[in-house]
Order: sequence, then structure tokens, then C-alpha cells
Amino acid sequence: MTRIPLPYHQAASEALGDAQQRANLRTVTGHIRAKRAQVTSELPDWEALREAGERIKDHVLRNLGSYLPRLEERVTAAGGTVHWARDAAEANGIVRRLVAATGEREVVKVKSMTTDEIGLNEALAEDGVVAIETDLAELIVQLAEEEPSHILVPAIHKNRAEIRALFLRAFELDPSELSDDPRALTAAARRFLRARFLDARVGISGANVAVAETGTVGVVESEGNGRMCTTLPDTLITVMGIEKLVPAWRDVEVLLQLLPRSATAERMNPYTSFWTGVHDGDGPEAFHLVLLDAGRSRTLADDVGRATLRCIRCSACLNVCPVYERVGGHAYGSVYPGPIGAILNPQLRDVKRDRELPYASTLCGACYDVCPVRIDIPSILVELRRRVVTQRRREAPLGVPSLEDAALRAAAATFASRRRYEAAQRLLRMGQRPFVRRGGGAGGTGATDGGGDVLRSLPGPLAGWSAVRDLRPLPRRSFRDWWRDRSRS
Amino acid sequence: MSASDETDRDRSARDDILARVARATEGVRDDDPDAAYAALPRAYREADDLTPTARLDRFEQRLVDYGVDVVRSRPDEVPERLIAELARRRAHRVVLPRGLPPAWRLRLRELQPVADDADPLDLDGAHATVSECDVAIAETGTIVLSGGPGQGRRAASLVPDLLLCVVPASRLVGTVPEATRRLQARVVAGAALTWISGPSATSDIELVRVAGVHGPRRLLVLLVTDGPPGA
Repeated sequence: MTRIPLPYHQAASEALGDAQQRANLRTVTGHIRAKRAQVTSELPDWEALREAGERIKDHVLRNLGSYLPRLEERVTAAGGTVHWARDAAEANGIVRRLVAATGEREVVKVKSMTTDEIGLNEALAEDGVVAIETDLAELIVQLAEEEPSHILVPAIHKNRAEIRALFLRAFELDPSELSDDPRALTAAARRFLRARFLDARVGISGANVAVAETGTVGVVESEGNGRMCTTLPDTLITVMGIEKLVPAWRDVEVLLQLLPRSATAERMNPYTSFWTGVHDGDGPEAFHLVLLDAGRSRTLADDVGRATLRCIRCSACLNVCPVYERVGGHAYGSVYPGPIGAILNPQLRDVKRDRELPYASTLCGACYDVCPVRIDIPSILVELRRRVVTQRRREAPLGVPSLEDAALRAAAATFASRRRYEAAQRLLRMGQRPFVRRGGGAGGTGATDGGGDVLRSLPGPLAGWSAVRDLRPLPRRSFRDWWRDRSRS
Repeated sequence: MSASDETDRDRSARDDILARVARATEGVRDDDPDAAYAALPRAYREADDLTPTARLDRFEQRLVDYGVDVVRSRPDEVPERLIAELARRRAHRVVLPRGLPPAWRLRLRELQPVADDADPLDLDGAHATVSECDVAIAETGTIVLSGGPGQGRRAASLVPDLLLCVVPASRLVGTVPEATRRLQARVVAGAALTWISGPSATSDIELVRVAGVHGPRRLLVLLVTDGPPGA
């Protein structure tokens, strides 16, 4: 995570060259898409649940100033300690001090987007503390010294042979002891991690939800590593974004119906743990909840962007996105990839690199259709694009408009007047002549004027565009011309 | 660095964040958040429309989908069933949480019992745990433990390789909202909850589903009904 990612357009074009990854992604996303559609359609009240989810999250965000102190009070009353972190560095500092106070050199961690976001593992490493990722996929990614490529299946870019090689080295096994069968690989990881769980004194987690009314924190998972990390150690540290709140316990019934069906396409995930502070004689003796801002309050102030904070990190939008399916998670250069990443990163991080992300979309709207809390991602993308353009204009030297800007303004003027539009058509019809290739188009039907003719290798800045697309030339006679002639005769 | 420095820093971070949040929600927050909350739309279903028999069948079918072994039993047969199922799976060292019905305990005393508050290493040496539950949900095939009588500490239902959970039909509800309503008092009282829907599982390697990662690799549900024992 310390690596500086490539610009999106470079990373994406590299990823497109990786046929293995594209094939994996196609299989995985196709599989989850179909299952999700099935388990959501079996609930007759799915749309009512989405609406409730949207409204509850909106309500909590608008009233965060009331609910955060309430959560703090309840967690504290239940024996927990609440910490507040303005940014990633502050959150890491808090966790580092808490771990240092225990004297431990090793902590067990349950997969958490938020701790990935703040780069907690690297921060702990500075103190010589090893954070062991205990989610199987996260462990694989950690051992490979890579970054996750999907929110839910972070290691989909790795195949079984690669994973076996990693495990042989990391667990110091003899090749005869381990096959590449996923069952055998999983069993090897279980043995390796169980020893760590039983020894662990400090556990670190994120949170899927916190209930202001009761101070209850919840973690949703499949493997049981979350239960291990949140119950076996003496000290539990949970890092949570301030937007992860719901007002009351009953709101959990909405979340637990929306999240598993949207995420892993299951009716319910295998394990969900809820705890409230510390529990006498059961689980950790010390519980620390770190509440993280890191750009969230800024996003909260934005009337358009605010809806982004409803996100429950299910990854349904990744699985339906035609762009994500082709470029994969790494191209987005963040722990939050896909459509949600394209709107979350530019708002949370405010870094220049993220300005490309609002363009990493076809605006097809599939992400909005599946979002369990009805975030209108396409509209937010368009708004973020508008801001990028405005920003670019402001930064242009001497106020000179960019080529794109000038072209789009000219197009707007052209489309606004019939006279200009028809004149432009005449001009383009003449101008395109040197670039038309006769009959070169695939699947030309011959029904249109000019048959299978195509425009190839356009000049100047259009070259990149025409290099990968077959563009039909303007017909010799336009519809308007035809209509005029027809009316005359 | 002294403890009071740390408190100061946290304090100012707290004040800062709350001030930012107050500014950010200026003009959009509700005057009375609790009243606004009460008015939120909840058009989703509270309950299902199944008969008790159909609800039991649905629960069983959901469990089977998850790869759970389901055995039906009449109330008076439970101790016999328990001992038979444990024996069939060669589970001798068995965690018996406090609060299990005395009749079950009596029948299970021939096993090597392990206390539910044993050290994790001792729990790791146990073959199985027998547990009751607070509530079960038919629609999602979920069992909820809340640390009540016969349910044990959280580690007890986690570390051993087999979890044998006894679910009486009276604890079964149709939907998730019914379950959260039943659990409200337990949560307010500060209970820790574990929702279990099938054995632990992963699909992290090439999307191949593997049951049994860190939690119990096998889950057996003993469904207790007054009707005739099912298949």
C-alpha cells in the first residue's frame, strides 16, 4: 500500500492485457451476479428493504452529530473505550500505542476495509509488530506481498498453483505434504492460523455496523476468523468509519437481509458476531473502538456526495460493472475498487490521481440497480466529472481551454442550430474522404448508404479512438436531405 | 507520553470531528432525530405466512442447503439422540455448557466433559460442543446463540470441530425481523450474540466452496418437535 499506484488509464490498459485475470473475473462476477439475482428475487419485499436501508442510513448520516456521542456513551458504559481519529495517521497512532501498551509483537487481524484504507499493517510494522491477516484470501494476498483486487474475494487474481507455491514457502512445508486442491490448501491455512489464534493476545477488526442505541458492534464473515479474532484475544481493537452507524438494534434486521444477499449472494453469511463493550468471563477483557473520520465529514457536507456514505461495502456494484469486469480491482489504485471506488476515492482522499476515476464507467446504471442502499452512483459520477472539468479549467494556464473543452463547446454550438449542424455535416462529409476505407467494416449489412465502409486511423488526437473502433463514415446523403427531396417530389 | 496527554489529544480529535460533523449537517439534520427515526418507512415484512409445519420444513431445507446435518427428535428422546449422534461421529471429549438440562447432562456423563470456560487450548482438544440456542430463523437457516443457559461462552461454540445445536420448534421464528425483536432484551442487557448459518466456509480459492475454515467444520442441528420424528 506504500507503493504509488500507476495512473488509472495506464493501470487499466496493463490489466486489460492480463488474459488470465480477465477470465477469472468473468467467471467470478458472472457466478455471483446470477446467484445474487436469485437470492434477492426470492424475497418479495426486497425493494422495501432497499428503501428502508437507504432511509435509515440517510437518517443516521444527517443526524450523525446526535448518534456518535450516543454510541460513545453506550460503548463506554459497557466497559469499552472509544477513541477518535481525524485521519489515517491519527488512527494508526492510536492503534500503535494500544498495541505497544500490551507489549505484544504479533496481532491477529480480521479482514477490514478500513484498516486497509489507513495502511494499519505498515504502520504497525514500523514498531516491529506483525499483523497477521486471518481471512484466507487476505492471507494469500499478504504472503504474496500484493494488494487485494476485490472487496470480497481479494485473491481472485491468483490460481491454485500459485497459492500452493506461496503456502509451501510460508508454512515451510515439503512439496509432498501439500496438493493444490482447494480443500488441502484451506486445511493448511487452518493449521497455520489456528496456532496463532490460540496464542493471540491482541485482535484487530473492522466493523460492519455499530448500534448507537446499545453500543453494540457487529462483524459479518464466513470463515470464523472474525469470531476467533474478536473472542479469543485479551484485547480487541476495532477501527470503524464514523458512517458505519445505525440508530437502533432493530435496524440490524435490515442490514442483515441486505448485506449477505448483495455480497456473497447467500441468504445469510455463516457467522455474524455482535458484542457490546466487554463481557464478563467471555471474550476480551479490554475493548477499544477507534472512530475514524479521514474525509468522511467532508463528504458528509456535500449534498451530492453524502449518499456515498450509505455504502455497506457489499461489492454488488463491482460484480455487475462491465468496466470492473475487464480491468479488475488493482487498476483503481485503492482498497475501494469498482463503481463505489470511483465515487468514494475522489471524495475521501482528494488526491489528483483519483480525478481519472469518475471516468472509469460507462454510466450504464447497473450499479445503481443492485445497490442495496440505493446509492445513485451514475449521477454522482457525472457530478464528479463536472467537478474535474471545472477544476481543470481553473488550473488551465492563462485560462486557455483544453482541446476537449474547446471541441465540446464547438459541438454544443453546432447542435444548437440547424444551419450550423447542416453546414458541419457538409464539411465533415468532405473532410472524411481521405480516411474512408471501402468495404472494410465487419458485418456491413449494405442496407446503409456506403455499405461496409469504415473510418480508420483518424488523424491527431482522434487516432487513439479510431485505432480500436470501427466508425461508420457519414452517409453520402443525410436523412434530412432525403426527407427534403422526398417532400419535394 | 503521559496518559493525560493522550486523553487531551483524543479529546480534541473528538471535539474536532463532532464540530466538522455539525458543520457538515447544518440545515439537513432533524430537530428531533428520535421522532424522525420513528417516522422512517419500513414496508418490509415482519413475519412470514407459513404454517408452523411449513416453517420447520423451510428451516430444515435451508440448513441442508448450507451442508448442515439435521436430525429431528421428540423432546423426551433428546438425550438418547445426543449420545447416539456424538458416538456416531466419534466425539468423546465434549464441551457441556452450564445450564444444559440436567436430564441431558446425566445421560452425557459417560463422555469426557470439558467445561465451557476451559482455556482455548483445552477447547481445542475437545471433539464437540453441545449447545442450546436463543432463537432460530427459518428464512435464512440461522441459529442465534446469546450466552444464555446451555449456550456457553462464545469460544465454546467456536473452537471444537463439531457443533451440535439443539433447536426446539418453540424457538423457531420465520423471519429476521422476528428474531431481532426477540433478541432486543438480550442485546439491551449486554449479551454477546453469535449468528450461525451453516458451518464456516470459504470460496477464496478459485471460488471452490470449502466447508470448515476456522469455526467448527461440521454443524449438526437437532430439531426438537412434538410431532413424530422425521427422517
